[in-house]
Amino acid sequence: MVTKRLLFFFPRCETEKPIVYHLVKDFDLEINIFRAKVTPDEEGYLVLDLTGNEANIDKGIAWLVGFGVEVREQDKGLRWDQERCVSCGNCIPHCPTKALRFEEDKRTLGFDGAKCIVCLNCIPNCPYGACSSMF
Amino acid sequence: MEQIKSVSEINARIEKGKAVVMTAEEVIGYVERKGLEAAAKEIDVVTTATFGPMCSSGAFLNVGHSKPKIRITEATLDDVEAYAGVAAVDLYIGATQLPVNSPKNSYFPGEFRFGGGHIIEKLVRGESVRLFARSYGTEDYPVKEISTEITLADLNQAIMTNPRNCYQNYNVAINSSAETLYTYLGALKPNFGSIGYSSAGQLSPLLNDPYYRSIGIGSKVWLAGAPGIVYAAGTQHSPDAERGENGVPVDGAGTLGLTADMKQMLPEFVRGVSIKGYGVSLSLGIAIPIPITSLEVLKWCTVRDEEIFAPVIDYAVDYPQATGKMLTRVNYAELRRGEVRLFDRLIETGSFSSYEKALKAANLLADSIRAGEFTVNAPVMSLPTQGSSRPMKIVPPQGV
Ligand code: SF4
Ligand code: SF4
Repeated sequence: MVTKRLLFFFPRCETEKPIVYHLVKDFDLEINIFRAKVTPDEEGYLVLDLTGNEANIDKGIAWLVGFGVEVREQDKGLRWDQERCVSCGNCIPHCPTKALRFEEDKRTLGFDGAKCIVCLNCIPNCPYGACSSMF
Repeated sequence: MEQIKSVSEINARIEKGKAVVMTAEEVIGYVERKGLEAAAKEIDVVTTATFGPMCSSGAFLNVGHSKPKIRITEATLDDVEAYAGVAAVDLYIGATQLPVNSPKNSYFPGEFRFGGGHIIEKLVRGESVRLFARSYGTEDYPVKEISTEITLADLNQAIMTNPRNCYQNYNVAINSSAETLYTYLGALKPNFGSIGYSSAGQLSPLLNDPYYRSIGIGSKVWLAGAPGIVYAAGTQHSPDAERGENGVPVDGAGTLGLTADMKQMLPEFVRGVSIKGYGVSLSLGIAIPIPITSLEVLKWCTVRDEEIFAPVIDYAVDYPQATGKMLTRVNYAELRRGEVRLFDRLIETGSFSSYEKALKAANLLADSIRAGEFTVNAPVMSLPTQGSSRPMKIVPPQGV
């Protein structure tokens, strides 16, 4: 059993499909949704944990990709704008997973998308508007 | 203080493109390797710098005369009020001014996404801003209302004029209460859960010149890339602050009033700031050269983060109530490491100031001095070396 946190991005035409149902039923996966924005006739976003055996997760992802859903593992909905970031470090105590942290040099900020749990704490704690949500 | 080089000798070397220039960070290791005397003969200029929120900032804008004319008495820029109590088409936009219809802290904590600091940032980026102006109308200035778009290029003058920048040292904020506290040093976690600070430490201009021997009124500065000057001791300039054995203040202390032409500024160093639950501000990158005229001047420039201490103040009680109480002192090496050991535990630190951007500013100034584009000077007048900032006197209204 493994768990993967992923972001699904749906094109406009696919927001009607009961995809969570299919992932559970057809691929035997457990699903834990963290954030979702699915409006009929618009693009949709879903951030979730998929738990199951690795082969089934891969099959489920392949099925989604097959009808145009983008599946992202690194980038889960938090947008960090390197151009706007000044490396002040104000976000650091507010980021629970250290996805935002200083690099080895102790003065340049880096963002590790794989560690981000999309808690969105950093958004109000970034005075320079470098952190925002994709949706 | 025995002089080893004069400012004019240093400028002659700058003009020939031969000046030896180092940042206040580089010079620490260099002096350690070479020894103070040898290094002082070699080094012409040390560049100091800072990058962080400077609330006491703003700009005078001359928007030009309309046809027919208006004598503006009220004005907004993208709905942010600009002070119009000066001449007909001169305005002052302050860094902390909020949009007219801002909900402020009505829904606490307010977000403060936009304000005066962001207007200044937009102008420096070359973006356009909507000016809405009103007047009561006079015989020589008949127009009563104007709405138009302005850009920095359209303005006759845009003179950034900051009453207080470059605080010599600053408070370190902590929160003793059981709830998150929203301050101008960041959101502080409850029960001493996080620390907020704001200073470039060993790079900071007045920490490298603790007694204001090299930096004074009339000194040339690099204000966000534009050549500017120190025009006054900044507001709340308090040289009497307590000092450590190295002469470095362990409290706020000195400040500088700075001015420069906004049209020559770099957008990277002029940044609107949103502080949740508090308000808006403006962050600026500032670099100031120190001509190395004596051993002592160089010695001061070698100050390290480890040797600069700042007071830890409880922003839940002691700061708002002005009790004057301080919990302890910490140094900037600890603060910049990201964790401070206090009360037998490790507390994470956050900051609004950026050491990385400050260093970039120090390097950009160093490059233009090396290229012979930026010469140095001695102050026209010294900053006061005595005095401190007084609290407000409260006089109750009489009679009625
Ligand atoms: S969303 Fe949360 S986990 Fe991700 S970077 Fe921001 S604070 Fe860190
Ligand atoms: S608070 Fe914002 S600007 Fe500062 S380091 Fe974090 S992401 Fe960058």
